[in-house]
Amino acid sequence: MSSGLGALAASPRAWVAIAVIGVITYGIRLSFIHLFGRIDGVPTRLQRPLRYVPPAVLAALVLPDLVTLGPSVTATFLDERLIAGAVAGAVAWRTENVFATIATGMGTLWVFRFVVFA
Amino acid sequence: MGGGVFDEDLLAGVRDVSPLMLGVAPFALVAGIAAVDAGLGLAEAVGMSVIVFAGASQLAALELLGENAPLAVVVGTAAVINLRMLMYSASIAPHFADYGRRLRAGLAYLLTDQAYALSVAEFDENPDRSRWRYYLGAAASLWIVWQIGTVVGVVLGAGVPDAWGLTFAVPLVFLALLVPAMKDRPTTVAGVAGGAVAVVAAGLPLNLGLLVGALCGVAAGLVTEVRVS
Repeated sequence: MSSGLGALAASPRAWVAIAVIGVITYGIRLSFIHLFGRIDGVPTRLQRPLRYVPPAVLAALVLPDLVTLGPSVTATFLDERLIAGAVAGAVAWRTENVFATIATGMGTLWVFRFVVFA
Repeated sequence: MGGGVFDEDLLAGVRDVSPLMLGVAPFALVAGIAAVDAGLGLAEAVGMSVIVFAGASQLAALELLGENAPLAVVVGTAAVINLRMLMYSASIAPHFADYGRRLRAGLAYLLTDQAYALSVAEFDENPDRSRWRYYLGAAASLWIVWQIGTVVGVVLGAGVPDAWGLTFAVPLVFLALLVPAMKDRPTTVAGVAGGAVAVVAAGLPLNLGLLVGALCGVAAGLVTEVRVS
């Protein structure tokens, strides 16, 4: 896409995504609230895999943003994002607090980016 | 029970949800910042927060939109993330069964992790509560904070230099949700497998790494569950 067209095309693309995701998400929310009386609950066959959706999806979202497989082990691990993620993960585990997790993660990232590795 | 909508039950919902705002407000800020980062304007960012109103899926969709992933992958990934709300819908449905279709349709729109968890706990503990009023108090408060946070995030995101890496707050939010989600052996295995596969699959075409990682994680969790029991 040429740069001029890119800016123009970004908006309809985003709106289409927003609309379709919105309709699907509302359908999921409404499903059993609407059907109740006709269906008694989530079938067990669906219930079992659904239990693993949150940890699997969340981890698949988090890790690629913290780890990029580098040319060497050292290059992979000496990354400010991974270090900040490890510190924030420990805080999340101890406090289960979203705000504390974000604050320590960002703080650690800045210390390593602007001081230690600068 | 008093007459208007602003009665004791509604206010109890507002009151009980307020401590959770400490986690929701920064999450909403990040949704606004991530929208700017993905090249979206204020209208699209707020449109997404109003129409989708589901943080984790919004952040994932924004990341993929920013990387120019195919629309089917953007939509499919967001849908998988929001599938968990099927459980909430089923679990809260009996509490809303006596209400009319319109009211139920409205209440469904506001269903979120926090509103669900808070309301179901309260309905069990305090059966005399007006269910819809309590739920509305909690869920509508979350909605308002979510929209305000998104707007503030868009303004912030446009003003802070890229070097600060504000979008790093996105994986941090997910991390804060991930850790409590890994509560036993099978869920932990699901998380570890999902994350590891997603890292290795990061180079897959069409940005399919996230979906492939998530599906492998779910499969690993199921296998572990069978072996443990």
